[in-house]
Amino acid sequence: MKLPIYMDNHATTPLDPRVLEAMLPYLKEDFGNAASRNHAFGWKAEAAVEQARKQVAALIGASDKEIVFTSGATESDNLAIKGVVEFYKDKGDHIITLKTEHKAVLDTCKRLERVRQERLDELRQMRLAQLTGTPVSRDNLAELSIKHDLDNDPVYRQWAELPTGGARVTYLDVEKDGRIDLKKLEAAMTDKTILVSIMLANNEIGTVQPVAEIGKLCRQRGILFHCDAVQGIGKVPFNVEEMHVDLASISAHKMYGPKGVGALYVRRKPRVRIAPIIDGGGHERGMRSGTLNVGAIVGFGKAAEIARQEMADESARLFRLRERLRKGIMDQLDMVTVNGSLEHRLPGSLNISFAYVEGEALMMAIKDVAVSSGSACTSASLEPSYVLRACGVDEELAHSSIRFGLGRFNTEEEVDYVIKLMVDKVNRLREMSPLYEMAKEGIDLKSIEWTAH
Amino acid sequence: MAYSDKVIEHYENPRNVGTLDKADPNVGTGLVGAPACGDVMRLQLKISDDGIIEDAKFKTFGCGSAIASSSLVTEWVKGKTVDQAMTISNKDVARELALPPVKIHCSVLAEDAIKAAIEDFKKKREARQQKA
Repeated sequence: MKLPIYMDNHATTPLDPRVLEAMLPYLKEDFGNAASRNHAFGWKAEAAVEQARKQVAALIGASDKEIVFTSGATESDNLAIKGVVEFYKDKGDHIITLKTEHKAVLDTCKRLERVRQERLDELRQMRLAQLTGTPVSRDNLAELSIKHDLDNDPVYRQWAELPTGGARVTYLDVEKDGRIDLKKLEAAMTDKTILVSIMLANNEIGTVQPVAEIGKLCRQRGILFHCDAVQGIGKVPFNVEEMHVDLASISAHKMYGPKGVGALYVRRKPRVRIAPIIDGGGHERGMRSGTLNVGAIVGFGKAAEIARQEMADESARLFRLRERLRKGIMDQLDMVTVNGSLEHRLPGSLNISFAYVEGEALMMAIKDVAVSSGSACTSASLEPSYVLRACGVDEELAHSSIRFGLGRFNTEEEVDYVIKLMVDKVNRLREMSPLYEMAKEGIDLKSIEWTAH
Repeated sequence: MAYSDKVIEHYENPRNVGTLDKADPNVGTGLVGAPACGDVMRLQLKISDDGIIEDAKFKTFGCGSAIASSSLVTEWVKGKTVDQAMTISNKDVARELALPPVKIHCSVLAEDAIKAAIEDFKKKREARQQKA
């Protein structure tokens, strides 16, 4: 067994050697531009890209014409959401998503909200100028709006209903187990809703959402359904036809392919339209311009093919390893909780809180094992994970969480090593923890007046 | 985050981890921080009647920097008078451990813990004197 051990496969996966083999010719002698239509170098590159497109499409039950290659899932998420908002702005401007989505979705939504707000501010300025007969600056906009009762001004209200280019967004809560309540989703839908964006599986806690049910609900209401499928693809079943998904984001580096390449699935029947967010030579049927990264795309295709062939066996193996890890830790340590549904979760994912031990200190203690902390302590912000908070996990427990992501190359031997290490180190840190001592003495920590800071 | 060697050294070999008898009139206990914020430090000082810090113990829930900061101050306060200990500032701790900016907070906690422990000791002594 070699140290350090990699157990952070939710962040990225190692490149499968078979994927690298497939890529190498396209990084060396077959270097052509897939858009070069007039010579053999271009034809060969184009053929390789089309082969990869078929392989990626096959993994999700799509047709190859529905796959748009991108630089990764962040771009795919941006393209799907901004592309739909722009294209369907005459139909409506409301989006529904979850508080536990990836930042690539949440921050895109926040930007669209800002765009709308800025546009509304401009309209208020225009209307107030009409009413007062003088130009109106942004500084006293709020004051003048109240004075002239703009909210009840029929002209302004009419203007505000026009497409702004931005969006209104509903961020739904999740239940304690990290899953969506379908009734809450249905209740949030309005006749202005054009898009629902909900992930297949959560990157932090591994919870798998009821995607087929969400797809059905959206289809019934004529609302487009975008699914950020990055974490779940190749690990749990995902089929765009069976699940009524209209747009899906995929990334190669979460399934043992290279970094910097991903795809957006865009449904053809019934047809889904999106406006591009990158302008240029009209590559990828005008939806994503830019010279294709042929070598990476070939690797993506190969990774998708391997995932499709091996998913069943590999998921079963990962499930056994994860349960071995979970039980090994929980049998030997008290006051340990698993975050997120145990039933509906990625097979290789374990997000676990060790009460009275701080996550970053624990990660430091197990430096030979690469995991990540549920708490965002290592970043500039000291706030605990927004995903755990959205699931109703206490702040103190959110500070005590570790995310294990098991993958294709982890072994039973590694799992056993990690169990022993975790038990030793948690015990050591608890010996050092005033909270653990107080809890053992039966002191209710909630009864203490802490010096918050 | 890359820690300095001193943080790692204190984290791996923390000095003076443990608990002193809270009921002892010569022991002052400082408990600072909050679990919800991700760090709680408890510093206990055993102080002689003439104001010399004879022993110091800590327990800390927190990141590596918080553990290192508390370990360091237990070393520093031992043998000092109460007045000398009161002059230890978070800047001294942060400088000694080369804490990165986002971890300065840990050194502030360490300073607060010293002050809270000494205050607790003084309160106990006053209570004793009033009885006598």
